[in-house]
Amino acid sequence: MPVIATNLTYLLAAAFFILGIKLLASPRTAVRGNALAAVGMLLAVVVTLLDRKVLGFGAIAGGMAIGGAAGAWAALRVKMTAMPQMVALLNGLGGGASVCVAGAAMVNAHSDSALEVVQVIAGAASGLIGGVTFWGSLLAYGKLDEWRWASRLPSGAWWRAVNGLLLLACMVFAVLLVKNPEEAWTYWALVGTASVLGMTMVAPIGGADMPVVIALLNSYSGVAGAFTGFILGNNALIISGALVGASGLILCQIMCRAMNRSLASVMLGAGAATGGGSSADEVYGGRVKSTSPEEVAMLLESAGKVVIVPGYGLAVAQAQHVVQEISSLLTSKGAKVIFAIHPVAGRMPGHMNVLLAEAKVPYEQMQEMDEVNAGIEQADVVLVVGANDVVNPDARTNPRSVIAGMPIINADLARSVVVVKRSLSPGFAGIPNPLFASDNCTMLFADADKGLREVVVSLKGG
Amino acid sequence: MDTFILLLTIFVLAIFVGIEIIRKVPPLLHTPLMSGSNAISGITVVGAILAAGANAGTLTTVLGVLAVAMATFNVVGGFLVTHRMLGMFRGK
Repeated sequence: MPVIATNLTYLLAAAFFILGIKLLASPRTAVRGNALAAVGMLLAVVVTLLDRKVLGFGAIAGGMAIGGAAGAWAALRVKMTAMPQMVALLNGLGGGASVCVAGAAMVNAHSDSALEVVQVIAGAASGLIGGVTFWGSLLAYGKLDEWRWASRLPSGAWWRAVNGLLLLACMVFAVLLVKNPEEAWTYWALVGTASVLGMTMVAPIGGADMPVVIALLNSYSGVAGAFTGFILGNNALIISGALVGASGLILCQIMCRAMNRSLASVMLGAGAATGGGSSADEVYGGRVKSTSPEEVAMLLESAGKVVIVPGYGLAVAQAQHVVQEISSLLTSKGAKVIFAIHPVAGRMPGHMNVLLAEAKVPYEQMQEMDEVNAGIEQADVVLVVGANDVVNPDARTNPRSVIAGMPIINADLARSVVVVKRSLSPGFAGIPNPLFASDNCTMLFADADKGLREVVVSLKGG
Repeated sequence: MDTFILLLTIFVLAIFVGIEIIRKVPPLLHTPLMSGSNAISGITVVGAILAAGANAGTLTTVLGVLAVAMATFNVVGGFLVTHRMLGMFRGK
């Protein structure tokens, strides 16, 4: 196949990727967009297999069979609740692939037509970022999957010193590699150090900050791919890498803004500021009203507009199905029901939407925070399920609170609020929530799934 | 060096295109966006195929095969899982 035809096909593939992401702008066209990008990928793979430089096919077929089968198995088996782990794995493998491709180029630095300096620099960058991404993602996978040792790693400022030293060592190896590209061992020393750095970077980060880490590693895997494209002089890799790098970075930014944190403070493993302010006794002191499933059902039956605010606790309790049942029961009785999704409601960007979609909640019913807040005063009942900090009015009203300025869903402004929660224990921010003690709020102390099932029974009976 | 500048130009322009189109993806679809973008970054499979099929010594072939396997996992797994998720988003 002539080189020009190959390169034109790569251009076509890149165009398909861009159009594919563009079609993700609406759930109506998104499936088509994904399929279009897949077609682009198929074209790119086929023309590469027809390339004159490809002499043996056995090894390629073996790698494709193993990777393809494993990928298909994982994609079809993974539960929607485990999607953050799946994305972490995909991020990591993207970084790993870049390390190996760049490594192959470095190994052949002396035999191929000698690499230019910029290509070697790109190789060093690819090895560094790819190594960080691969091992950082695997550790993130372990944390998300709640492996005991991975979740219990100590946090502390001393990780920063370790990371600084490792990064410095990476720079030294990178300089050595650029000075003398024929010494391939420096590349592997760089990759090895970067691998350790990936793990020490992710080690102290946990809890509420994990979505940011996943988005950042997503970005890194793209950037590593783009640098690999610079080594090979391949436009398709460079364009795709830039797209993925930009995507991860934008998601990172959205997550940070929603948590009122800076990217730097997340990445330095500082942990969110917690505690402080009024004690739980001062805030709650005898003002918290407990309710029963029957009373909740009665309240919901007389409501014209209901807003459901799902949080992390809903996913833990697997309560998305029972919440959908309540929603469809109320809708069939003529009420308007919407789901208010805070940007950090799930365990990764958009995770809550996927969980609700799986439970067959129509996407028109899922609204973003700003949209919901605009009409929240007209809501007769706000039903908060397993969320806490994202409905804490202190963020809006108390400038001294640790969450001051964090964007929240203004549940407190609704006519009445019902919070389904096991106890008054605080959320990630570690502070009491004045909403629970306000006049228009009642608490249903129960496991989300169990408590709401009893509400459903009452709704059906009544 | 000229080639490098050309590639760098493409890279920078692609970042701008990326920012524009990704900002238009609603938060509703951010998880499929992440899995789908991982599938797209599986394009590294192109470089992996060239390395694995070059017959340039054992080490290169091994690295190439490893890269082919990882990138193919991303391509197949990424597009499939995205398809699965997107299929769940239904209107009224």
